[in-house]
Amino acid sequence: MVAKKGGSRGGGASEVAEEDLARVPLQAILLADSFAQKFRPITLERPKVLLPLVNVPMIDYTLAWLESAGVEEVFVFCCAHSKQVVDYLDNSKWFDQPNFSVTTIESHNSVSAGDALRLIYERNVRTFRKNWRMWTVDEIFGIDCLRWDYKDTRSIHAIAYLGAGLDINGDFILISGDTVSNMLLTQALREHKERRRKDSNAVMTMVVKQSKPSPVTHQSRLGTEELIIAIDPDTKQLLYYEDKADHLKGTITLDKVLLADNPSISLHNDKQDCYIDICSPEVLSLFTDNFDYQHLRRHFVKGLLVDDIMGYKIFTHEIHSSYAARIDNFRSYDTISKDIIQRWTFPLVPDVQIFRNCATKLERQGMYRASGVRQSRSAQIGPFSVIGNGTTIGDNTVISNSVVGEGCTIGSNVSIEGCYIWHTVTIEDGCKLRHAIVCDGVLMKSGAILEPGGVLSFKVVIGQQFVVPAYSKVSLLRQPIKQDSDEELEYADEGSGIETPCNFWKLCFLTFSGTISNTQDKLNGELRDDSSEMRCRAASEVYEFPVGNHCFVGVVDNMFVLVLVFDRRSFSFLVMIHNLGSKGVCVSLTNHCNHQVGNGGVGFIWSVSEGGHDEEWRQSIAPIPADKLIEAAQATNDDLYRFTQDGNVLPPSGELEPGSTMNGSDSDEIDRIREDSAYFEREVEATFLRAVNENIKEDLVILEVNSLRLSYNLTSEDCAGALFYSMMKFALDVPHSSANELVKNAGDVITTWQKLLGYYLPSIDEEIEVIMKFEEMCLESAKEYSSVFVQILHLLYDKDIIKEEAILSWAAEKEGADESDKIFVKQSEKLIQWLNEASEEED
Amino acid sequence: MPDMEIMINEFVAQLTKRKIEGSQATARLTAELLRTVVSQQRLPPTNQAMALIEAVRGVGERLISANPVELAVGNIVRRVLHIIREENFSVLTSDTGNLNLSAETDDEDTDEQDNCSVPSVAALAARNVLRAPSLHALLETMPNSAVACTEEKSNFFLKRIVMSYSFPAEKFARSRKLKLDVIEAVNELIDDIDTCHEQISEQAVEHIHQNKVILTLGRSRTVLEFFCAAKQKQRSFRVFVAEGAPRYQGHVLAKELVARGVQTTLITDSAVFSLVSRVNMVLVGAHAVMANGGIIAPIGLNMVALAARKYAVPFVVVAGIHKLCPLYPHDPEVSLNGMRSPSELLEFGKFSANMEFGMGSGAPLLHVVNPAFDYVPPELVNLLITDVGGHNPSYMYRLIADYYSADDFVLQRKSTS
Repeated sequence: MVAKKGGSRGGGASEVAEEDLARVPLQAILLADSFAQKFRPITLERPKVLLPLVNVPMIDYTLAWLESAGVEEVFVFCCAHSKQVVDYLDNSKWFDQPNFSVTTIESHNSVSAGDALRLIYERNVRTFRKNWRMWTVDEIFGIDCLRWDYKDTRSIHAIAYLGAGLDINGDFILISGDTVSNMLLTQALREHKERRRKDSNAVMTMVVKQSKPSPVTHQSRLGTEELIIAIDPDTKQLLYYEDKADHLKGTITLDKVLLADNPSISLHNDKQDCYIDICSPEVLSLFTDNFDYQHLRRHFVKGLLVDDIMGYKIFTHEIHSSYAARIDNFRSYDTISKDIIQRWTFPLVPDVQIFRNCATKLERQGMYRASGVRQSRSAQIGPFSVIGNGTTIGDNTVISNSVVGEGCTIGSNVSIEGCYIWHTVTIEDGCKLRHAIVCDGVLMKSGAILEPGGVLSFKVVIGQQFVVPAYSKVSLLRQPIKQDSDEELEYADEGSGIETPCNFWKLCFLTFSGTISNTQDKLNGELRDDSSEMRCRAASEVYEFPVGNHCFVGVVDNMFVLVLVFDRRSFSFLVMIHNLGSKGVCVSLTNHCNHQVGNGGVGFIWSVSEGGHDEEWRQSIAPIPADKLIEAAQATNDDLYRFTQDGNVLPPSGELEPGSTMNGSDSDEIDRIREDSAYFEREVEATFLRAVNENIKEDLVILEVNSLRLSYNLTSEDCAGALFYSMMKFALDVPHSSANELVKNAGDVITTWQKLLGYYLPSIDEEIEVIMKFEEMCLESAKEYSSVFVQILHLLYDKDIIKEEAILSWAAEKEGADESDKIFVKQSEKLIQWLNEASEEED
Repeated sequence: MPDMEIMINEFVAQLTKRKIEGSQATARLTAELLRTVVSQQRLPPTNQAMALIEAVRGVGERLISANPVELAVGNIVRRVLHIIREENFSVLTSDTGNLNLSAETDDEDTDEQDNCSVPSVAALAARNVLRAPSLHALLETMPNSAVACTEEKSNFFLKRIVMSYSFPAEKFARSRKLKLDVIEAVNELIDDIDTCHEQISEQAVEHIHQNKVILTLGRSRTVLEFFCAAKQKQRSFRVFVAEGAPRYQGHVLAKELVARGVQTTLITDSAVFSLVSRVNMVLVGAHAVMANGGIIAPIGLNMVALAARKYAVPFVVVAGIHKLCPLYPHDPEVSLNGMRSPSELLEFGKFSANMEFGMGSGAPLLHVVNPAFDYVPPELVNLLITDVGGHNPSYMYRLIADYYSADDFVLQRKSTS
């Protein structure tokens, strides 16, 4: 094959224009890893690029497009589950295409796109220097990194070729393995090369496409956040790129230089990034030079745009009639599937056998049915559905807007709407599924219901009549307990942070003598790991025992030895029993009592990560619920309103009018300041209440309070005071009957927002301010607190919000004050005394 | 043989990706590929014809399933299969010729190709063994009472085949002859495909008379050549070209016609009805001609045909003989229509807001359909002009009987069952 390549190159497909453009074969780097976690829990078991998209793995779409676009060499970079990707490609047709070579590179320690490109660059350089010498495989790549046809590797030629093979010496396409496109590259390539000829700093051309984001949800139809880019309308140079625009609430900040340097700028929010990049070889070295670049867009693109020393430029190429989109999340999975079914990706559509898939016919109303479907006469398959080969569909079943994979069994009276059902799924009678993803090998027992947005990962079993709640993700694997905050840095192989599938299993033993129906005593066994003894206690309850990995041996009731071998694959126990006594034993199969998916179900429902629940609807398969839309519309209006409000309020309070200090009297000034701080307090209180009600994250509250502080020209002491005031006010507003309850309420609020308050208490001064504020509150606005002052002060001390120095210096400050001012100092005398003693003891 | 496999794969890939445009190119490439298949196929000592047929059929199935919409592929596969059967019998009959009623069977293949001289009785009889006799053949052979002895003869052939075991040298020669004959015949087929445009345009003067006004829709190379031929013969005529949405190939045709000096008027598709009363003839190309004489043609032509019928304007279809398909349009194997990308109709980006699936029920509210073809029933077609002359649609079954054998009509069903 190697020899053939050289000979037949260029004689290929249809790219006549290709030849004059590229003397070197066009290369592509395909990242077979998204370095993200959006498809969890599915991606814990299978890499994202192998997930079926309208019954064909995503990577096939990408490779098919690369091939038809005239790319001749593809380096597939595999990280997570690299073995699976490599095995899949081995068995696929991609290795024996004429004029199209696919090489896989494995890496187990790359955690981001940046790492991947650095690795490619290193090899590139290494092989470049040492080209055409004979190397052992390990020398060139290290054992973990190599993937080539092993048969060939034995020959010197193959190795030498391998050395040369990684030589990326011309422009290359950088694409991730989850991109679907049918665009022609010729035009974009030509533009790129022309620009390169004129200006060697034009290192990258980015493909964009028109797509208007929803004005209500501020997200594109692919579920990604609104993208704002600035382009020079003449040269098409990219000047600004912001894809995390949501928290900016409708405002963006452009560098003044941008406006000064460019005669015209067009600012777009209706463009969609296709994640198809034409890169010059410099890009690889740029990644190596900037070793902290991880994310292709967030770090690399933004980094290049900001960096004006090197002067590298990025350009855009807009496509109009052709299609390109990347699957980023579940919503884009849904959207792109529907685009494929509607044939926007032609010829990458189900009934064209690009992938050597089974013959599928397009019927009326966009319905695709493979030849080997067995379907009941009374079943209704609605429009825009795809039914895979070998699937059986029972009576009165209704399917609409859905994709059903190969070899599925669907019972009677099932209703499936807007679902993606992968291969060999069994759905028993009477199930209802709406807008969900059901992975390979899932079994849904009769009457189970899957609410919108649900995801059932591989081989999950849903019990009878069980209702899987909306937006829940069910997997055989437990949710990792440790949640890394940096999403893109964690997309490791199985095992990291993920526990064994299940910590505790409940096992029922049924012993019986004679007939099964008579004696069904449940025995209770305490099982230990790995051949340790299992003692048995007579009890009627099911017992939990820890699961190690594989095997348990125990003696139950001195009568029999029980050997349980846990098979992780099938998620079941192989049970071997050695009978010591005369009784027979039967181990019941209800070993998954710990599972949360109904009677006889197998699987864990993943809880939604904190703070993310509100956003769950944004990127799920299900359409956005109407109430969320209304809410979002409301929020948009509010934002707009607040924005205009702010616009009106800010200037008079923010700027000191010149002359006001000169001419106006002092009292006026003081009045004004007091007024300001009253405003400020009210604003902070409103902010805080909104934070509580809408569950806004702390750092966003901090951001908002900070901006208020700046606009009112106040200190952080004021912020701390105001925040504390609003918290206590809030606690007071929670209905309570007794003083104790009030303390408890206050304690709850303080605990919840401890971090927020802590942020504004960097030093003793602020802490004293808080105490003073509290004191003031107790005297004036919230007299209920006066009786519990000490308790709350103690609470604050316990929570480490206020340190003892602050309390002591507060007490000292009050020493010389009026009697009336000293009420609270007196109240807290005991505490102060205790603190004093404690500090003396320490000394 | 692996080279063969690579060639087939490559061709299949090109067909799948719809990289080959046009029936003629597809037909030609298919024929060339099948010629290679025949020449590379190793033949067993016995039953060589069957081995060849199996090989061609196997490859043919893959080609057909690669692009079921392009019927020309299937047609050529069937033509080649027919050629093999015919040649096989001509070889057999030439052996047994001296024992038979007639001795001139060696010329059989040329007779078949020319399709004008009366085929030899023996060959016809031989053909009858394999397929149901056509009415024409029945009538022709009846006087010689050859039909009566068909059964007898087929027994005799079997005997001959059995006998031929004992003559290795003769057998070798025969296998060579069979292969060479088949390749020769396929070469002729390729020539036919290549020259189909000339063959058709030769008849142009008979149909395009002085000062005629002709309407066409979209662009067909056959139609273009037809007009050019008439123009070369100094006929002066006018052409109305309907643009043929959504691909607007009519624009291209209009340019080409004007470049050749033909008086051309470009109209929209929707103006056809109002203009058809003013033309003398509607002349269009076709994607395929079905067994019943109906045609599968670029989208919009059914409307044109109906308009032409309304005003009793002759509706004339020009199509190379490789477009003649022995299947009926209601046949389950026939994919009548190719659904093309909706992006030919509209730009995706501009409508992306209307294709937001996140709102409402999640079901797409906008569906853009872009079918490539129309079916025009035979009642609406007045004349079909092929390489072999102009015929009424009802005559198609005769042409099919000449070019295909009935055993090959269903290529795919046999394979799946």
